[in-house]
Amino acid sequence: MVDITSLEKKFQERIDSEIKIEPKDWMPDAYRKTLIRQISQHAHSEIVGMLPEGNWITRAPSLRRKVALLAKIQDEAGHGLYLYSACETLGVEREDLIDQLHSGKAKYSSIFNYPSTTWADIGAIGWLVDGAAIMNQVMLCRTSYGPYSRAMVRICKEESFHQRQGYEILLTLSRGSEEQKAMLQDAVNRWWWPSLMMFGPNDKDSTHSAQSMKWKIKRKSNDELRQQFVDITVGQAKVLGITLPDPDLKWNEERGHYDFGEIDWEEFWNVVKGNGPCNRERMAARKKAAAEGQWVKDAAIAYAEKQRKRKTETSRVA
Amino acid sequence: MKNWPLWEIFIRSKQGLHHKHVGSLHAADEKMAIENARDVYTRRNEGISIWVVESKYIHASSPDESDSLFDPANDKVYRHPTFYNLPDELEHI
Amino acid sequence: MNQTLLNYILQIADNSLILGSRISEWCGHGPVLEQDIALTNIALDLIGQARSLFQYAAEVEGQGRTEDDLAYLRIAREYRNVLLVEQPNGHFGTTIARQFLFDAYHYPFYKALMNSKDETLAAIAEKSLKEVTYHLRFSSEWMIRLGDGTDESHEKVQNALYDLWPYTSELFVPSETDNSALEMGIGVDLSEVKNFWNEKVDEILKIATLEKPQDGWMQSGGKQGKHSEHLGFILAEMQYLQRTYPGQEW
Repeated sequence: MVDITSLEKKFQERIDSEIKIEPKDWMPDAYRKTLIRQISQHAHSEIVGMLPEGNWITRAPSLRRKVALLAKIQDEAGHGLYLYSACETLGVEREDLIDQLHSGKAKYSSIFNYPSTTWADIGAIGWLVDGAAIMNQVMLCRTSYGPYSRAMVRICKEESFHQRQGYEILLTLSRGSEEQKAMLQDAVNRWWWPSLMMFGPNDKDSTHSAQSMKWKIKRKSNDELRQQFVDITVGQAKVLGITLPDPDLKWNEERGHYDFGEIDWEEFWNVVKGNGPCNRERMAARKKAAAEGQWVKDAAIAYAEKQRKRKTETSRVA
Repeated sequence: MKNWPLWEIFIRSKQGLHHKHVGSLHAADEKMAIENARDVYTRRNEGISIWVVESKYIHASSPDESDSLFDPANDKVYRHPTFYNLPDELEHI
Repeated sequence: MNQTLLNYILQIADNSLILGSRISEWCGHGPVLEQDIALTNIALDLIGQARSLFQYAAEVEGQGRTEDDLAYLRIAREYRNVLLVEQPNGHFGTTIARQFLFDAYHYPFYKALMNSKDETLAAIAEKSLKEVTYHLRFSSEWMIRLGDGTDESHEKVQNALYDLWPYTSELFVPSETDNSALEMGIGVDLSEVKNFWNEKVDEILKIATLEKPQDGWMQSGGKQGKHSEHLGFILAEMQYLQRTYPGQEW
């Protein structure tokens, strides 16, 4: 019998020497479970994330904006699909993962439980939400699980236009009328803090972090990524001529980073637990699509089976 | 209710190159699998030809056997051109 | 300015714009992820066609209007799309039936338009034909899957066909603009388009085990700007920002 400890030791050695883990390789159960949880959560976020933006497709103010927004949201569907695929290499089915989302067992990024109420929100989502996501995604390109890493490389390549799309919307507003500038500032006020929350709890409160770092699923901590995001974003905010809604935000010469204020963790946990402005709507929309899609899926399966039967019958006759 | 089966997708990115595995997707039949692959994996001109194979038909070597399958090729250096010592002035060989 | 040419371009553009808008409503709500992506591709193709056409229309008009002025700042009466494309998405079967009935028209239409004496229109038609060829393949296959799938899917798509059928004859009844464009050699002969459409619809419905509805009383008016109640809502959403904040850059 193979000794589990020695397998685990070997596994960790591979991770430490930067050898990727592939689907059929031996892996600790907890590694598999962590991956399934994280990748599916990531996939769900892509899919639920389509909703606040999708909200503005029919109201996009120009045809150029409309096609860019459609293409971006379509990419998110694609990214959800790549991630579900990566997850399926771990021996779970997409449908089961989606059931877990619908039953509330699986989480998705809380940011998508905030409403997109003005056109500027579409810009702010592209700039801040995608900007925050990119920090995470770039890191994940080097994650230790092969299929996840490959999916992330593809996603990062495709995402590169998303943030630019959002920023361009905001830049146009910043050069526009007073009403447009107000719309811009208001959107940034509402999206700034939730964007910082996207990186998750502080390192000291993050339950999964240490083990994930050891397994090189993650390579940077929540707080490191959050700091990196703030440092990059402050300069971009200046170009837009807006104020980030944090009086404590200022350059710290000694640290070589921006200091920023404390996140409202009560709000964070509340939204995670389902008490955000749009949690119910988001889940209702996803469940509705799944329920109304069932007969379509059944029809296609029924037709494919009929076709197979017909083929066998014809080949028998021949 | 049955789910659509999983398909593995292979794309030839340009004439003269191999088809390369790019990922998977779900489809009810092979026609749909090709069309879905077109919509999912070639949105940015990534391909000019698509192969789809239902995942259940892919057979893979086992990582447990990789020592016996692949290590024996390690010491067969005579299969590589650098194994052979020839004078530098020799050309076109 | 060539008024016939302008009207003709707008008529073609409006069909693509309105159908593209309808299809784009699916984005994020498709029956499965793969089909969500496929539908959005169709929406992007159609809106892309509309953009090329509106840009050309703006150029022909020569009044300094832009593609967005034409797409966004007309009143409902000025849109010239057929009634079929503004009908609501309904369920997936309704959307597929609407798409199929339109694609079976759109494909031969663009094919014929490639022979237009107007070179720009011919070039737009050539590019669009590739897209529409795929749309027709997609919607035909889905008509067959739903028609010959389960009892439930058969009934759903059959009913959608009955509901949409009265909107099909308008596709082939030439408007004044259609007639003038044909005379000038820039337009398409709709009777030829109709022949293809009839054959295609017969072929696919037969394979799909669906019944072809009887030609009864038929709806018309879209090409004359007399629309169903639905168009107003599509435009209300589409034009919301442009109307609320007039004259701004976005």
